[in-house]
Amino acid sequence: MLNYILRRLLVMIPTLAAISFLVFFIIELPEGDYISNQISMLRSTGESASIGRLEFLRKEFALDRPFVERYGIWVGLWPGPNGFDGLIQGNWGWSFEYDQPVGEVVGPTLPLTVALNLATILFIYCVAFPIGIYSATHQYSLGDYTFTLIGYLGLATPNFLLALVLMYLANSWFGLTVGGIMEEHYIGEPLSGGKALSIVAHLIVPVIVIGTSGTAAMIRRLRANLLDEIYKQYVTTARSKGMRESKLLVKYPLRVALNPFIADIGNLIPSLVSGSVIVSVVLNLPTVGPVLLGALQSQDQFLAGFILLFVSILTLIGMLVSDVLLGYLDPRIRLGKEGARQ
Amino acid sequence: MNLLDVKGLSVEFHGDEGHHQVVRDVSFSVPENKCVALVGESGSGKTVISRAVMGILPAKSRITSGQILFRDNRKNGEKVDIAKLPPAGPAMRAIRGDQIAMIFQEPMVSLSPLHTIGDQISEAAKLHRFVGTKEAQELTKDMLRLVHFPEPERAIRAYPFELSGGLRQRALIAMAMICRPTLLIADEPTTALDVTIQAEILKLIKEVQAELNMTLLMITHDFGVVTNMADEVVVVYNGEVMEKGSVEDLFLTPQHPYLKALLNAVPSLSMEPDERLVPIRPIKPRTHHSDFQPSPVGKAHAFRGTPLIELEGVCKNFTFKNLRGKKRRGMTTALDNVSLTVRRGECLGIVGESGSGKTTAALAMLRAFPLTRGKISYTTEDGARDIQGFSEKELFQYRKRAQIIFQDPFSSLNPRRTLNEILQEPLVIHRMGDSLSQGARIRELIDLVGLSPRYLRRYPHSFSGGQRQRIGIARALALNPEFLICDEPTSALDVSVQAQILNLLKDLKDELGLTYVFVSHNLAVVDYISDRIAVMCKGKVVEVGPTRQIIDNPIHPYTRTLLKAVPEPSLDHKLDFSSLAGTASSDPTQWPSPYRMRYSTVPYLVEIETDHWVCAPGMESMRDIVGLGGSHI
Repeated sequence: MLNYILRRLLVMIPTLAAISFLVFFIIELPEGDYISNQISMLRSTGESASIGRLEFLRKEFALDRPFVERYGIWVGLWPGPNGFDGLIQGNWGWSFEYDQPVGEVVGPTLPLTVALNLATILFIYCVAFPIGIYSATHQYSLGDYTFTLIGYLGLATPNFLLALVLMYLANSWFGLTVGGIMEEHYIGEPLSGGKALSIVAHLIVPVIVIGTSGTAAMIRRLRANLLDEIYKQYVTTARSKGMRESKLLVKYPLRVALNPFIADIGNLIPSLVSGSVIVSVVLNLPTVGPVLLGALQSQDQFLAGFILLFVSILTLIGMLVSDVLLGYLDPRIRLGKEGARQ
Repeated sequence: MNLLDVKGLSVEFHGDEGHHQVVRDVSFSVPENKCVALVGESGSGKTVISRAVMGILPAKSRITSGQILFRDNRKNGEKVDIAKLPPAGPAMRAIRGDQIAMIFQEPMVSLSPLHTIGDQISEAAKLHRFVGTKEAQELTKDMLRLVHFPEPERAIRAYPFELSGGLRQRALIAMAMICRPTLLIADEPTTALDVTIQAEILKLIKEVQAELNMTLLMITHDFGVVTNMADEVVVVYNGEVMEKGSVEDLFLTPQHPYLKALLNAVPSLSMEPDERLVPIRPIKPRTHHSDFQPSPVGKAHAFRGTPLIELEGVCKNFTFKNLRGKKRRGMTTALDNVSLTVRRGECLGIVGESGSGKTTAALAMLRAFPLTRGKISYTTEDGARDIQGFSEKELFQYRKRAQIIFQDPFSSLNPRRTLNEILQEPLVIHRMGDSLSQGARIRELIDLVGLSPRYLRRYPHSFSGGQRQRIGIARALALNPEFLICDEPTSALDVSVQAQILNLLKDLKDELGLTYVFVSHNLAVVDYISDRIAVMCKGKVVEVGPTRQIIDNPIHPYTRTLLKAVPEPSLDHKLDFSSLAGTASSDPTQWPSPYRMRYSTVPYLVEIETDHWVCAPGMESMRDIVGLGGSHI
């Protein structure tokens, strides 16, 4: 197993290299760069005083070099104006828009992004599993139909609309200011019990908003998967031993129905980041999403590139985690025999 | 003393179209320490009865009336009415798995793929005996030893997919046995297994029954199994009991016409050469010669007996790949120097256990895959050609000559196409005729297999297994082939339907002058339909010869074991359980000389009597001394 994980980690290196190249290539596709845009804007307004400084920045960040060189410098495989100084060396680049290193722009948003994503995934699994199991074991019951209806509503409602509605409700019913990540007076203060509570309270609405459609989709799939399994022969075999229905359900069909969900962990992460952009904007959450949106709009290339790469890394890690979990949980995958044919 | 009394049992299924009685007023009893067989076709309700006894009826069904009285020996013979107990309640759960246990039909799907054998077997002991993990493991090992499982110590950590069908069935038996139940229900326990393994499992069930003092309720459709196992028989048809009594009474003097008909529909090795099976619902192929294509009948009869297809030293290796698909993990020889001749107008039966290479040999004749070595030549009007050398275009033309009927009539028909579309497709692919003549041809085919043209617009799901197999036959015949491969065409069908399909195939062969290769693991079926039989084991042809000679005078030890293991549906030829050879018989390295084959031994066939060849590599060196004219066929 350890061997397998090591091998997978090694494979991740070329994958990351390929992804970084693609990311850089796509960001560079539009005409010009941040600074040349600024320069032409200044020229058109007649203010040419600071053009000299921008020209200096262009040189400083090697934006005047050919594409491949620029890529090499960004990654840190090619000597730039300051020698080898790129992602590999730990320099995550410079954000022109914020006039700060990328690390400092993104840094504070990353923990929240990861926390929000994890909370959302947990929410999805915690809500979807009991409901999915109930729907499958009580197929075509009133409860099943109710959950199905709610599920479809959840799938069909746009996230940002739900965000607005919940924001209003939370404010008028519980007096919560939903926007932002904590009560304003906590900002800048050291972490305390009150601050942590405030963060958690502020996370609830975004988690529900981002997680609803994922939950609805997962309920439907778990129901379908479980329905496939619970009429299989091995379940009858287990029943014929005199097991309790609830115990039986968890031990046999649920175990088998679980595989697709574990396999899904890797795919959930990027969709959550990209799916939460609008919600984050609406709810004024300082996650990576809005930063990415701004960076893409203003061609703040190093910032955008770094964020995209970060999401890719999250995805790769998610894939690795799901593969390792699958191997751990399913002997057919672990032992890799023809058992998979069953 | 009766252990189980079923009185006036009725079970109802409620589906979308309303209520449907599947079991009507069934009464029978199971005396203690006896074996009662519940016999009937599929859909007769025999499995439903057994599930009712276990309290594991499907969700959409319920017991409407009647009693299932079970004498609980652990409570001083107190009678419990299972029909009254809530199936998921604690009282029923306490009986289920402890006092009454069940062995299921399909060992391949009856075990959870994600749990170890040990885990699944020990479960019942933990539930009913309240033993700890360690003790449960010991019990499990004891049970595995009881069912002669190799290496019980290791087996408890094995997963089902690492085991063969026979071993899985053993594990299932161990699982049912672990609480030493008083009543064991076996639902077609050997139907999915090879004959030799079937005989072993039957022997095992008998042994265990005697050792643990069990009472057996056996559900089966196989009369061979019934005569060998049962003391009493209950015949069920359409949810009702037709006849019941002791085996002797029922087999010697069957009373009910249904039982008589059923007995007549079963092929057996002791049939006369010209004896015909009598299907319960016979069909008659209606042939009318159309001018769609000149019928090859006359031609075929003229060349009858000349070689049509010849296999010479055909080898096929399959390599296993590991997960990454790069490194070679192992190689298996599916065909090892197979030399066979199929003569025009005959039916060559290929028999063997699963994994013997019989289907691979048949598929090779269709050039379904490239060979590792060897030559397969097919004789047409223009002489013999190696089918390996066919170009794409020639291969396309070859498909018109050679066709196949598949084993599973359920998965071999596209569920989204109507019968008409299914039958038209071959004609469209081969651009035969316009839509008008194609329509005529389709009606002709429908007539040929005894279906009604009214069915043409139906989809496969509305046909029964036998009807589907007839559609499969019609599709294979659509291009007017001269050579048909029948890959276990009746193994998924009931005995009564099997007789119907076998007779249909026989009639079609005579009417259309076809040549068959009939692959089957069922010796009685092959015996009924074939002119010659080839016995295969581990990719080798071990014996070839005319049917009667192979059946009456088997030479090769493997053929003998195979024949000995066939349960005959008659009381005079009971299986001799004591002489079963075990697994050694299918291991070529353990055959006695001169039949023994080491890993590198090349199969060598010797003609023992006219046209009867046996694989005996040990005789090759003796050839000159004994004067046997040995060579490949």
